[in-house]
Amino acid sequence: MEDGRLLEWTALALGKKIQAHEVSVTEAVEQTLERISAVEDTVHAYVTVDGERAMKRAEQVQKQIDDGTLRGPLAGVPMAVKDNLCTKDLLTTCSSRILENFVPTYSAQAVENLEAAGAIILGKTNMDEFAMGSTTETSYFGPTRNPWNPEYVPGGSSGGSCAAVAAKECFFALGSDTGGSIRQPSSFCGVTGIKPTYGTVSRYGLIAYGSSLDQIGPIARDVSDCAAVLEILASYDKKDSTSMMRADTDFTSALVDDVRGMKIGIPRDYFGEGLDEQVREAVMDAAEVLREKGAVVEEFDLSLVEYAIPAYYTIASAEASSNLSRFDGVKYGYRAKDYDGLHQMYKRSRSEGFGAEVKRRIMLGSFVLSSGYYDAYYLKALRTKALIKQAFDRAFEKYDVILGPAAPTTAPKLGESLADPLKMYLGDIYTISANLAGIPGMTVPCGLDDKGLPIGVQLLGNCFQEKTIIRAAYSYECSRAKLAMPGNVQQAMTGNAQQAMTRNAQQALNGDGQLTSNRDGKAVESR
Amino acid sequence: MKQYETVIGLEVHVELATKTKIFCGCSTAFGGAPNTHTCPVCTGMPGSLPVLNKQVLEYAMAVGLATNCKINQYCKFDRKNYFYPDNPQNYQISQLYLPICHDGGIEIETETGKKVIGIHEIHMEEDAGKLIHDEWEDCSLVDYNRSGVPLIEIVSEPDMRSAQEVIAYLDKLRLIIQYLGASDCKLQEGSMRADVNLSVREMGAEAFGTRTEMKNLNSFRAISRAIENERERQIDLLEAGKQVVQETRRWDDAKEYSYAMRSKEDAQDYRYFPDPDLVPVVISDEWIERIRAAQPELRTEKLIRYREEFDIPDYDAGILTSSKKMADMFETAAAICGKPKKVSNWLMGETLRLLKENNQEPEDMRFSPEHLAELIELVDSGTINGGVAKEVFAEIFAHDIDPARYVEEKGLKTVSDTGALREAIAEVIAANPQSVADYRGGKEKAIGFLVGQTMKAMRGKADPGMVNRLLKEMLAE
Repeated sequence: MEDGRLLEWTALALGKKIQAHEVSVTEAVEQTLERISAVEDTVHAYVTVDGERAMKRAEQVQKQIDDGTLRGPLAGVPMAVKDNLCTKDLLTTCSSRILENFVPTYSAQAVENLEAAGAIILGKTNMDEFAMGSTTETSYFGPTRNPWNPEYVPGGSSGGSCAAVAAKECFFALGSDTGGSIRQPSSFCGVTGIKPTYGTVSRYGLIAYGSSLDQIGPIARDVSDCAAVLEILASYDKKDSTSMMRADTDFTSALVDDVRGMKIGIPRDYFGEGLDEQVREAVMDAAEVLREKGAVVEEFDLSLVEYAIPAYYTIASAEASSNLSRFDGVKYGYRAKDYDGLHQMYKRSRSEGFGAEVKRRIMLGSFVLSSGYYDAYYLKALRTKALIKQAFDRAFEKYDVILGPAAPTTAPKLGESLADPLKMYLGDIYTISANLAGIPGMTVPCGLDDKGLPIGVQLLGNCFQEKTIIRAAYSYECSRAKLAMPGNVQQAMTGNAQQAMTRNAQQALNGDGQLTSNRDGKAVESR
Repeated sequence: MKQYETVIGLEVHVELATKTKIFCGCSTAFGGAPNTHTCPVCTGMPGSLPVLNKQVLEYAMAVGLATNCKINQYCKFDRKNYFYPDNPQNYQISQLYLPICHDGGIEIETETGKKVIGIHEIHMEEDAGKLIHDEWEDCSLVDYNRSGVPLIEIVSEPDMRSAQEVIAYLDKLRLIIQYLGASDCKLQEGSMRADVNLSVREMGAEAFGTRTEMKNLNSFRAISRAIENERERQIDLLEAGKQVVQETRRWDDAKEYSYAMRSKEDAQDYRYFPDPDLVPVVISDEWIERIRAAQPELRTEKLIRYREEFDIPDYDAGILTSSKKMADMFETAAAICGKPKKVSNWLMGETLRLLKENNQEPEDMRFSPEHLAELIELVDSGTINGGVAKEVFAEIFAHDIDPARYVEEKGLKTVSDTGALREAIAEVIAANPQSVADYRGGKEKAIGFLVGQTMKAMRGKADPGMVNRLLKEMLAE
């Protein structure tokens, strides 16, 4: 096998070659690990890479493939896992100092499902600390950079996973999505990601941020890979009482290039003030592609969009303030060195262990749950959530799919967002409603802006209608090829572009001096 | 001095008798090396999730139905947020907004008559772990074996007016829960704990006084004493023109006084909110009916039935039903031998005496009803006499021996061979001429001594009735 060529394949293509014994699992893992060492200095998609573990696992999986006990489409395919998913005996940090030394005793159900299917975990990907952020800059271990241009952020919070897929440091990755954390970075990195219906993938082993909104989902190079991974991830799990028993998780059956008669609604609310003109054009072009293929496309008013952000930040922060209280220095994780008594141990461990954005949300969440404020904030936010769900219910009476942008702009530059958290929160406007309503959403690349940064189109479906959006996404993807979109993606990933990327990275490093290091965590701390 | 009325409400925690914990599959068994009955869920590991144990819900519903509560058919769990190391998540999963049961009550009876004590609500929650301070190392260690053990908290209305009423309420509650099999309700071992909310007000006043909450009450006696003590303390304060401070106090039963733990000002804001990890529980009418149908006969119904079915005094029926174990013993033994009156006599007499002697509760009885029934048969058939029976019962009580075999092996059977008996009597008559003369001289009582002497000669293995008859016969000759 020619060096590096294997990296161009999709996960399913690689899986097929492995089953056909044209490529060995070890070969696939080795080449991916080489790719990681080549680009990680620039991209920093991973918090932890465990090559030894991956190579050992590759041998085991190869044996099972050889003796015919493992036949799945993803057996032997190297992948990455977001660092908020527990992996047995493998460091799991949530990109936080407070879990800098935490090695779980068990694996998340989603991880177990993939390992049982023969996927090989290469390592754990960087993220915004505890998934709080939209740029992957709040990581204690330093930011991840956008592989398309390292001066730009990859989005977040699953920025490490999306960057790893875009930079071909793995064939697919797991992300989690509480308010857009799969769909927004997928858009910024030009990859495909899906957040399934709440309850489809077990949350057991996902370190919770906003429990009622969190869902695990796949990030991959195309729609087919996404559907194949989701098919493995989805399972009823009695360890998660919010997990749902579903009989319709054969998502790959929806990979059909046909949208004739499909009703697609375009919410006018998603195309108002604040939306970048180039993003608007690219998304409308995608809608046009589907219309030309026979879909019925029309505009409508979704309503209540402006209430989604305050409702989301109230609910997610409230849940987070309680979910993160277990990180106290008593049982595991970081404990302050000097303290006098229990109270100070708590206070110092948490003050030193959590970053600024996490503290902000813990304080916000504690406030909205305080006696005297609960009704005015938390309960009102829950009512707003119910109204938003009703607005979607009404929309899905008329439409099969809701189509819009995944984010108002393409990726911002590193350091631009954190100075103004409110502005950063507003960037989540198109994604968070899906979490509040519990519905599935998917991002598919649909173009590049004039800076050469990717734009994604978001497809939303009704609860349990992943197949509908997968079908629409797949149909779009089939025709998008004619628009030469993937050509651009390919170009970014070929050797030349790789060199260009490294040059850009150097500029970023030396140019404005913002980022002195991307490995030791000081880049975030010194900001 | 003015006349004061005491107003008392109780918060009773009961540990449920489930095999596994409320939100995970770990054992609830007492003891075990520290942190051996634990898993990621009950130690608050990142990413772990709770799943409700169905048996906990069914026990809580059963207690609610037995105490005439309404069942919340849409019930939820809430998180109570506070930091403490025995609480691995730093929040306790409990119920605030929609508890499983509400608005019930039970009838109690005291010297002052019958009265209904209202039950405000019953909610489910998880127990915490245990902190152990290591003096040697000067550090604290946590044992999470108890973390996640299921509890229900039964919150009464402020309807009680005396320690007597409190004890009557607690006793009734304990019996109901024991009868349901939902808990063994042992105060000493902590499977039942009561916190007493108490205030005083001038007789006839409408408004409640400021209340205090008393904790660490480990026996009915401690509860009575703490109530008397707190009532006096509050009255003394008011009489001295001072105010009662709303606070939590801890009772020290050895020193017979209480001290303040924390005042209302220190009260934490628990920031309760619905636990997003647990879906709301929807309880159908059918489910409630299933639980109701499976409800065992409770004490009140048992008392009525005993009166109708068995010929035993009300007082005895009251004692027999005062513990589930005792009632079960009575009914099973009576069913086997068909002699309820005799079974009752054994339980009311010898059994209670031996329990008291050994400082035990009826729950501690370890013998089988079959052996008691067999013993009664042995006496009735004349195989052994009453004196021997007592001796045999002591063995049954202590070691649950098989009475027929024991009597056989020890040779305790009554000698019914009149030849041997006549021989012994003849010897006794010959050896005690004075008593014989007394009897013949009209002193009827003298025969008692002669019967005793004969029994002694027979080493107890004779029927005293028969000895008496034969003696009279032979003395008349």
